[in-house]
Amino acid sequence: MLRRALDRFTLTNLFMWLVGGSIVTLVVVGSYATLSAGRYSIRHWFDFVVFGIAQGSVYALIALGYTLVYGVLRMINFAHSEVFMSGAYIGYFFATSMNRSGFLDRNPLAALAILFVVAMLTSVIVAILLERIAYRPLRRAPRLVPLITAIGASFFLQEAFRTLFGSQSKAYPDMDALKGTWNLGGEFAIQKIQVLVIVAAAVLMLALYLFVQRTRTGKAMRSVSEDKDVSALMGIDVDKVIVTTFIVGAAAAGAAGVLYSLMFRQINAYMGFVPGIKAFTAAVLGGIGNIPGAMVGALFLGLFESLGPILFLDGLGVAAPYQLKDVIAFTMLVLILIFRPTGILGERLATAKA
Amino acid sequence: MMKKTRSDWLVALQIGMIGGLGAIFMSLVGMVEEFSKRDIIAGVIEMGQTLILVDLLATGYLASRRVSGGKGIRKTALGALAGAVTSAMLYALVLLIPPLELRTVFYNASPTLIKILALGQAGVAAPLVMLAVGAAIGAVGSGIQQLPAGLRRAVLLALSWVSLLGLLQDLLRVTLSFIPGANFVVGWMFAARNQKGLSILGAVVVFAAITFINYRWASRGVSAGRWLGSRPAKEQQALRWGGIALGVALMILLPSVLGPYLSEVTNQVGLFILMGLGLNIVVGFAGLLDLGYVAFWAIGAYVVGVLTSSAIGPNAGQIVFGPQLSFWIALPIAVMVSVMAGLILGVPVLNMRGDYLAIVTLGFGEIIRILAGSDFLKPYIGGSQGIVEVGVGRIGTFAFDRPQTLYYMVVVACLLAAFISWRLRDARMGRAWKAIREDEDVAQAMGIHLVATKLLAFATGAAFAGLSGAIFASKIGSIYPHSFKLLVSINVLSLIIVGGMGSLPGVFVGGLILVGLPELLREFSEYRLLLYGALLVVMMLTRPEGFMPEATRRREFHEEAAPGAEPDAVSEPVAST
Repeated sequence: MLRRALDRFTLTNLFMWLVGGSIVTLVVVGSYATLSAGRYSIRHWFDFVVFGIAQGSVYALIALGYTLVYGVLRMINFAHSEVFMSGAYIGYFFATSMNRSGFLDRNPLAALAILFVVAMLTSVIVAILLERIAYRPLRRAPRLVPLITAIGASFFLQEAFRTLFGSQSKAYPDMDALKGTWNLGGEFAIQKIQVLVIVAAAVLMLALYLFVQRTRTGKAMRSVSEDKDVSALMGIDVDKVIVTTFIVGAAAAGAAGVLYSLMFRQINAYMGFVPGIKAFTAAVLGGIGNIPGAMVGALFLGLFESLGPILFLDGLGVAAPYQLKDVIAFTMLVLILIFRPTGILGERLATAKA
Repeated sequence: MMKKTRSDWLVALQIGMIGGLGAIFMSLVGMVEEFSKRDIIAGVIEMGQTLILVDLLATGYLASRRVSGGKGIRKTALGALAGAVTSAMLYALVLLIPPLELRTVFYNASPTLIKILALGQAGVAAPLVMLAVGAAIGAVGSGIQQLPAGLRRAVLLALSWVSLLGLLQDLLRVTLSFIPGANFVVGWMFAARNQKGLSILGAVVVFAAITFINYRWASRGVSAGRWLGSRPAKEQQALRWGGIALGVALMILLPSVLGPYLSEVTNQVGLFILMGLGLNIVVGFAGLLDLGYVAFWAIGAYVVGVLTSSAIGPNAGQIVFGPQLSFWIALPIAVMVSVMAGLILGVPVLNMRGDYLAIVTLGFGEIIRILAGSDFLKPYIGGSQGIVEVGVGRIGTFAFDRPQTLYYMVVVACLLAAFISWRLRDARMGRAWKAIREDEDVAQAMGIHLVATKLLAFATGAAFAGLSGAIFASKIGSIYPHSFKLLVSINVLSLIIVGGMGSLPGVFVGGLILVGLPELLREFSEYRLLLYGALLVVMMLTRPEGFMPEATRRREFHEEAAPGAEPDAVSEPVAST
């Protein structure tokens, strides 16, 4: 048994375990150093955790789109980050005009509802067009082809938004209702906006999960993701199911766009790129193709990103560790794909054949 | 019968509306206005109008192509309808911009745009003129479609040549002024010195000449290759050597003909071709989609920078490590470090395929860029302030410090890389790469060592990128992290896809088109990525094998394609241009 295992252990494996081992050592040593230095109080850590969860909720909503589309098409929808961006962007125009007329602060609930509807609708339209123009004609093409189309579409959308609406970043209007914090007793406080983000994301994810698990359409989606040809034989309109999948994923991304822009209050055409990759990482982390996995993975990633730079790197004396938070996320993606391509809850797909 | 007739008109209407959306999009992203500053034919038409013109021609062409048989008049009418619909949509845009204050949302909906779109007309005249012009151009488009295949090809080619010559007149004027006797041609072909674009006479002559030559060649079926094949063997060899000698002479003389600015453009193209050759091995030969390719370029540049620079960061006192070596020692070290990086990246991704590989390599590229700009590594590589005073290569008193001299280094590097790629392509390793590209499992079953083969692909690709990066660092003399964005990877990827994945001439053609043209046409720079994105999608939908495909690729992509999908297409390009 041991002999067998040793035989399969190659030089490349050794290399990878060395890399993995050194990173884990770094993390452990760094965390110990940071904690023993005691520069951060419990309140700081609480704030980091809450921020991490809020950020993770947004990632989770975006990650759903990746996971759902991957489930039915076995392809990474590279342009999904632009679906998210377009929702946020069009939402911005409605938010500013509502802000100018004062509606945003007079009727915050109605205004938020309008924002969500508009953003989700925009994202859905973009996603439908994307599927129709860039992906559907290439269903049977070699695997690299739709991937390149997706990259092209992603850049096209980014640049189209930038050139249509101007290059400069835009400031998202402030909502009075979301300013300030709620006291949780003692020294703990939580920002209102973070509560909104976490609650809204949780509600949406629950609705989505129920939709996929309980409805007839959801059942068809799951069936198509098992086997397209057999589903077609069972009388399922595969094309329609694929479009529905895109729509559902895009609606979640549009909502994420609103939450993200309310949280960070900055809009530009490139805002989708980084959250998009993070969300993809989250989907892989949880096991791509697996809906609860995407949520769990996203929360993990959000926490890692918010705690990681301080916890792992600050103690090691790294200058300005916050600049490296994306490095932490990407390194995590690579490590997961090496050591557990199944993700936390998923099946092994990273090396699966097309 | 009635039903079919109606559906034809509906199709024309639909095509016209799509054309209209396209024209509105081009107007609102600002292309029309931005491009209107450059004349194609002086005083007659500028580039912004050309965009709309091409859009209208295309709608007319497509509308009349939808009808299989039918009389000429009906086809022309369909084309005219489609063109008119497109114009009507543009008029709607013109009409709606002021009252809806579209400018508050759409950045480019300016009064100038309205003026351009309305063809300088106002009031009642505007819609009439616009519709008439739209219908007329649509009809012309449909007329082109109705020409016999050979002539149609010739006309389309001639139209593209006229616009190309008009666009590139700066370049041509400079180049031609070195050739004795060419001043005469410049005199009548181009507009007066203070104007841009072709003269009217020049445009007409070029159009007629190219149409005529092409049509005659196509109808006689004579091509250069076939003519060469019909000569006796000895003469063939002599001609071939003569051609090579001519090419070498041209290459040596080129920078003194081009002058500093155009040499600079050539160098830029060369560096991208060098990267393209490397990525071509990774993506084109071995089928491993690498989106973090810019990382190796950055590594090559940074190694040369750190090793040769005398000032890292603005306050040179901060240098922790800076041996200030000569460029020629730093260059091979840079290539070797890039190869090491290629191997280090290659090992973890050995088992990943397709999209996973793409996203992990993308992450790797971002990690390198963020690290390069971070304060963490600032003492060593300058952080966001970068590295300045990068060393230049010298041989004796000959310094590669100007575009005209650096040109030779770029050319040698490109030729070297092209030679290596060419020899590897048909060698055992090249065939192993292609086998992996087609099917990894079968390749492994056939006894191909996957680990070694893949790693060698990554290493070779990284070596070319490192070389390119090293020369780049020496060329611009200073290195900043923001030069190494994901965009560079996408640029290189677009280049090899447009040329044809796995095709060596394709890399050169792709480099010239995608890097050279935007450098020459400054107006494009704003829309470069927009056009690349659209190009990638359109290429994949219509011509996934690229413009100069490798023979096996062409077969692969077209084995399943339904024969006669485009019944009136010329199946074999006959004449060479």
